[in-house]
Amino acid sequence: MAKPVKTYLWLLATNLFISAFTFGGGYVVVPMIRRFFVQKKKYFEEKELMDMAAVAQSTPGAIAINLSALAGYRVGGVPGAVISCLAALIPPLAVLGVISVFYTSFITNAVVAAVLKGMQAGVAAVIVDLIIDMCAMVLKQRSAFLTAMIPAAFIANFVFGINVAIILFVSCLLCVLKVFWHHALLMRKQAKR
Amino acid sequence: MMAWQLFITFAQIGLMSIGGGYAIIPLIGEQVVHKAGWISQQVFTDIITISQMTPGPLAVNTSTFVGIQVAGLWGAVAATTGAVLGGVVIALLLYRFFEKHRQSTYVFEILNALKSASLGLIISAGAAIMLLAFLGTSSFEPHSLMTNMNWVALVSFVLLLFLLRKWKINPMLIMLISGVSGLIFYL
Repeated sequence: MAKPVKTYLWLLATNLFISAFTFGGGYVVVPMIRRFFVQKKKYFEEKELMDMAAVAQSTPGAIAINLSALAGYRVGGVPGAVISCLAALIPPLAVLGVISVFYTSFITNAVVAAVLKGMQAGVAAVIVDLIIDMCAMVLKQRSAFLTAMIPAAFIANFVFGINVAIILFVSCLLCVLKVFWHHALLMRKQAKR
Repeated sequence: MMAWQLFITFAQIGLMSIGGGYAIIPLIGEQVVHKAGWISQQVFTDIITISQMTPGPLAVNTSTFVGIQVAGLWGAVAATTGAVLGGVVIALLLYRFFEKHRQSTYVFEILNALKSASLGLIISAGAAIMLLAFLGTSSFEPHSLMTNMNWVALVSFVLLLFLLRKWKINPMLIMLISGVSGLIFYL
């Protein structure tokens, strides 16, 4: 999957840019990727972004880096993934590298604290915007099972503080059992005939 | 070799942290503070604070910071590479597997289940961020809702969300606007 150099340069620049603005956790990368990869460049569809987000979430490591790698892979194969990954790592490396030298004065800086406190509302808005669109996509599938899984996972994690890995594992297990059950029913119906 | 030890330790941390976010804080602390003794608990707490203030994932920020403290720039590169390499490779393999076996009912349904469940988890992360932004806490207390409410944050949240829904404004612009409004209201 050889792509023009321009594509790789775009991946490099876009991931540098996205990574530099990822305050407030890895999930903010999802709307950013959507903005640039899906809406602007139309490299892939929103449905595929949800697949990638699900994979990035269910595998070890940082969600933001995994998602950048997957989007890069989708656009430019393995070289695309490597470039995207490196680009996503450079901003935090550079910022932390500089800050680690004089970090006590950074922590207590009033200007930094004010900007970050303001950004909390921005992060919340960006994530809620994404949640609305993603919920609409799941609802479109008209599956009561998949729809019920959203609040169930939310309550399990937010209210009961259950480990993310356990939640993901149990939901996969339930789904496999459901398919199995479905197949068994189908077989019995055919046998009756 | 210090760099190699950093790489191995953070590779373990990276591979053990599914779901990311703040759930992995105790895991990192266990490894770098208690087991390896590279940094003190105080410095570790400072790193978490800094991580909230700077872009980038917590695991990457911590590995960079610890790496620099322990073995300079190459320490940082080794630690960060370790933290992300395993996860990225596994994510790519899993994605390729899903792409190849999309026709299989089981794979299709598992992917659907992961999508729904991870959406629930994103909502959970969103709720935690909203609690922090509006109430300044990480736990929900209904009785102090009105007294602790940060009205500036709530109003700017509603306005920003309106901008996003109505005109599909670039998320980065939203971050810039909210950062500047922080300077105006909180400084």
